[in-house]
Amino acid sequence: MAIFSVYVVNKAGGLIYQYDNYVPRAEAEKTFSFPLDLVLKIHDEKVVVSFGQRDGIRVGHAVLSINGVDVNGKYTADGKEIIEYLKDATNYPVSIRFGRARLTSNEKLMLASMFHSLFAIGSQLSPEVGSSGIEILETDTFKLHCFQTLTGIKFIVMADPRQAGIDSLLRKIYEIYSDFALKNPFYSLEMPIRCELFDQNLKSALEIAEKAGTFGPGS
Amino acid sequence: MVVAIEKQEETSKKSPRFYALLSNGRNLKTMTVHNLYIFDRNGTCLHYSEWNRKKQAGISKEEEYKLMYGMLFSIRSFVSKMSPLDMKDGFLAFQTSRYKLHYYETPTGVKVVMNTDLGVPNCRDILHQIYSTLYVEYIVKNPLCALGETLQSELFNSRLESFIRALPFFSARAG
Repeated sequence: MAIFSVYVVNKAGGLIYQYDNYVPRAEAEKTFSFPLDLVLKIHDEKVVVSFGQRDGIRVGHAVLSINGVDVNGKYTADGKEIIEYLKDATNYPVSIRFGRARLTSNEKLMLASMFHSLFAIGSQLSPEVGSSGIEILETDTFKLHCFQTLTGIKFIVMADPRQAGIDSLLRKIYEIYSDFALKNPFYSLEMPIRCELFDQNLKSALEIAEKAGTFGPGS
Repeated sequence: MVVAIEKQEETSKKSPRFYALLSNGRNLKTMTVHNLYIFDRNGTCLHYSEWNRKKQAGISKEEEYKLMYGMLFSIRSFVSKMSPLDMKDGFLAFQTSRYKLHYYETPTGVKVVMNTDLGVPNCRDILHQIYSTLYVEYIVKNPLCALGETLQSELFNSRLESFIRALPFFSARAG
């Protein structure tokens, strides 16, 4: 069980804080000889597998590193196009590491505002009167919990589907936000949160929540 | 009956049966199915029916179907990007403070969406059953039903109606 990440979204839908607490490793490294038996394509400035799923390499996985050196988008570390590099027989045998592509900060920003709209549509399509937006979104790999304050700030926690006690964690994060971001004289509302005390306290709150602890008074 | 239960509540001794009665009463009162949508893979709404819907979205039905499909489409892409691991079933359900939306998608892209009360547990099997025992049996196997259009089959509608009404958590007098 784990807590994957925390997002804070302001009332306009802008991402003002993001923290990755735990990123599970779903990677596979393999050495290939010349005719590469995978079909690769460029998608969102990344080289991803489009056909040839095997040995833990799944369709949709991106090329993360070649011969142990991390790639840079669709380019190798020394600036060559990966697709072209892998077409050249002289570069083989080559060891390639595949895995789920990590989200870039741009993508995180985009996803946060996307959730902001989904939240609003969720309440508009409600069959019952007076519904809030999406509070819990369930998938088979994670559960997203969202808490919107009266002032419109959304605290979003992504956790393992079996992780308990997220509700109290969300309230605790709100408390930490009020104590260490809002009370910080250098913090301006609606802007990205860059406060050391906020970071520290958030991390310890996540640790407590992961150990299924509760937040007693004064904790 | 309600008065009797309330009076009993005031007395200090409460039997386990009292609590069972109380929780049963609550379930009967609140658990319900609000509505059900079936979409095909192009986003056409094949079927819509509602039972205990108290609020309309304030837009025409056609617009509402588009909004619902658009939301599901976005949630699917959102979820597949956010997921820390490779997903198998993908998006399953979401809940707000008042309702819960259950989602089921077949490999061919038919989407079954059911809105229920918050107390209803995982509905994946039920949605799968709607697909396999009703949609496949009465629509796909019916040569007179054109695929990709709003379903006109009366047989399907009546079977679906009785299937939903027979669900353990369906309560017609929800309120």
